[in-house]
Amino acid sequence: VCIHRIRSCSSIRFIKSKYVCVFDKSALKFSHQQRLFRTSAVSCGQIVQFKLSDIGEGITEVTVKEWYIKEGDSVSQFDSICEVQSDKASVTITSRYDGIIRKLHYNLDEIAYVGKPLVDIEIDASKGVAPEEDVVETPPMSHEEHTHQEIKGHKTLATPAVRRLAMENNIKLSEVVGTGKDNRILKEDILNYLAKQTGAILPPSPKAEIIPPLPKSETVPAAPKDKARKIPVPVSRPIVFSGKDKTEPITGFHKAMVKTMSAALKIPHFGYCDEIDLTQLVQLREELKPLAQTRGVNLSFMPFFIKAASLGLLQYPILNASLDESCQNVTYKASHNIGVAMDTEQGLIVPNVKNVQVCSVFEIASELNRLQSLGSAGQLGTNDLTGGTFTLSNIGTIGGTYAKPVILPPEVAIGALGKIQVLPRFNRKGEVFKAQIMNVSWSADHRIIDGATMARFSNLWKSYLENPASMLLDLK
Amino acid sequence: MVLQSSLKNCFQLSCILRTPKAGFRSTTSGSLIIQSISNDVYQNLAVEDWIHDHMNLENRQVLFLWRNSPAVVIGRHQNPWQECNLRLMRQKNIKLARRRSGGGTVYHDLGNINLTFFTTRKKYERMENLKLVVKALKALRPQLDVQVTDRYDILLDRQYKISGTAAKLGRTTAYHHCTLLCNTDKFVLSSVLKSPYKGLKSNATPSVPASVKNLFEEDPSLTWKMLLDAIAEEYATQHQIDHHITLINPADETALPGINNKTKELQSWEWVYGKTPKFSVSACFHMAHKDSVLDVKVDMDVKHGRIEVCNIDLPEQWLPPALCSELVKSLTGSKFCPNETTTLATTLLRVCPQDHELHRRCNLLCENMMMLM
Repeated sequence: VCIHRIRSCSSIRFIKSKYVCVFDKSALKFSHQQRLFRTSAVSCGQIVQFKLSDIGEGITEVTVKEWYIKEGDSVSQFDSICEVQSDKASVTITSRYDGIIRKLHYNLDEIAYVGKPLVDIEIDASKGVAPEEDVVETPPMSHEEHTHQEIKGHKTLATPAVRRLAMENNIKLSEVVGTGKDNRILKEDILNYLAKQTGAILPPSPKAEIIPPLPKSETVPAAPKDKARKIPVPVSRPIVFSGKDKTEPITGFHKAMVKTMSAALKIPHFGYCDEIDLTQLVQLREELKPLAQTRGVNLSFMPFFIKAASLGLLQYPILNASLDESCQNVTYKASHNIGVAMDTEQGLIVPNVKNVQVCSVFEIASELNRLQSLGSAGQLGTNDLTGGTFTLSNIGTIGGTYAKPVILPPEVAIGALGKIQVLPRFNRKGEVFKAQIMNVSWSADHRIIDGATMARFSNLWKSYLENPASMLLDLK
Repeated sequence: MVLQSSLKNCFQLSCILRTPKAGFRSTTSGSLIIQSISNDVYQNLAVEDWIHDHMNLENRQVLFLWRNSPAVVIGRHQNPWQECNLRLMRQKNIKLARRRSGGGTVYHDLGNINLTFFTTRKKYERMENLKLVVKALKALRPQLDVQVTDRYDILLDRQYKISGTAAKLGRTTAYHHCTLLCNTDKFVLSSVLKSPYKGLKSNATPSVPASVKNLFEEDPSLTWKMLLDAIAEEYATQHQIDHHITLINPADETALPGINNKTKELQSWEWVYGKTPKFSVSACFHMAHKDSVLDVKVDMDVKHGRIEVCNIDLPEQWLPPALCSELVKSLTGSKFCPNETTTLATTLLRVCPQDHELHRRCNLLCENMMMLM
């Protein structure tokens, strides 16, 4: 008779959830046959056609706009199934059952009808079945504290396994922390709660209930082989971590970085570092900052670093060059298009200031402001991002002292600037004074640049910055 | 004084919201009128989410009042490229937000007030809510010719739309929200809600354009504050509660636990752009290069906001085929976004032969492609 019931169910349309309870009761009577039936077929629950329920306001049809599940997915009661739209109202349809999705009745953008089937769900038979011992299926209204928990302000019946454990162990569900969807209490949560109370991991109870593994659960309490009695000896709880690795494809900014850096690998880098005393420059900037402000420009240290670099490149043009792919020719670039590494929300971008060799410090500052505001709005154009010949990276604004910057092809050199620190130093008279010290780390392409050239360029750049007045002599 | 009272109100609210059981039995369980102290569209949308997910509305209803600094808000299933001028918005720093309710695209600024009516799913009734608003407006200014249409719009003088509606229904709760144009910048509104993007083919919900008018234009003595108060007053009367507006701070994690996560999700690219239904772009542009004009055809399929398929048809040998195919390969899988396109193109240029002419051509192609995004 039980088997007959199952067969006939698949052809009858049911939407009332209490059907599941009815099935429970009948299963109790025919539990023997139930078990036999279960072991002979792997997942043979019956298919229930879940119909689209009333939307309200007399609406009869809606458009399916997004599916949250696909055929073969497991769903729990109250999981979102799809999003439908009707006349400016977007409705989230949630599942009434636990089970597996077997059929979607509509494609995206199709019209769905209220009262007609939306999806077919295979209800897992074993989930609805109580263990074969004579456990009286308690009517939902009594022992509420052991059978119901509050989800989103509604008293919701917990799953049979949870109810049984709670009743057996006299646990109030309101005291248990739920880790399922919407803080639903799962069987693991009751077991964890019990373990905390007794300091032991309790085995599943002796009643042979076949619970299929929940697809999302990672924690399985250790089950000793002897199920007949509870183990009283305190066992150290295994550390459970339910985080999952997440793999995603590399696209966009990350992809660009992978490409650039892989190309940079081909360049044999060498490094050269030094420290710069910026005490005088700090003072000079303090004086000039308000003047620049009146002209509507924010003056940082970068314009000085950039201009000094350009002056240095006039003396050492090989640092502003480019080596061709076959390493046969080196091209000395006429323009000093100095790139400034910028950290934006999306990642690293390097716009450049064009023709620094003919720009004043103020013009560089103004251009930097423009690039910075475009950069943070994600609006930089290709022109600003291409054509760079030399790059400076002011990592010091975030932190750090020395670094090992990577050259951006097709350039041959790059400088990383650390943060400005106040440190004690000795002056010419042998006295200790407060100095504003910044570290610089250069990297250069050793195929065409040698250490001596890099060192001399760095010394020249350093001298301009340590004694800003000397820049006046060579400014063009 | 004002601050203290609002803090006290926030505290009261948190008591009611965090322990629904207590709220149930307490004597202060009646409908609520709340107003956001924030003008951030994402924070305010997050409050709607929060109330929808966490509040027990069995025995009470909630009216939520909010205003936003300039933003364009698209409906759940819409395509931003089809609905608004993203380029202009980026320049003017106007935010783009996607709400969870359906319906069309609207422009918000501080001259527009938003009203959200929260009820249980069973008590979801949009007409009633809009009639309440009209009643409030007429009580304030009896000579106003305002009426509700069967499309759930509110029309002024039978021709100008002053309010649009959208709704969201969940399993147990529902909300209906609408706008009300008090004193919005109509010039920005019309320029920003006009999409310049051609060649789009999509099944996304389209917006229905309408002529709009501000209530301020009809009666310059009206301010948004007066309108807000009038509506709150009418709501209080109909729900038999005190005309008392509780202020809430959408950044307060203690009063609204979990709200900051909701705000972050609403701000994420994946939600705002990634939820765009699948669409295709087919464009043909004429590039002026030196003395000639070239025809370029670009076809792209965009899914979840990312370029799924990309085809660029260039005049033969205008760009080295290797570079062209590398560009197409890079673009495939990346966001349909001018910033990403630029970054990928400029990266390619770093690793290819350094030829001025080549760079110029590539830049030109990129600039044109960015115009599509």
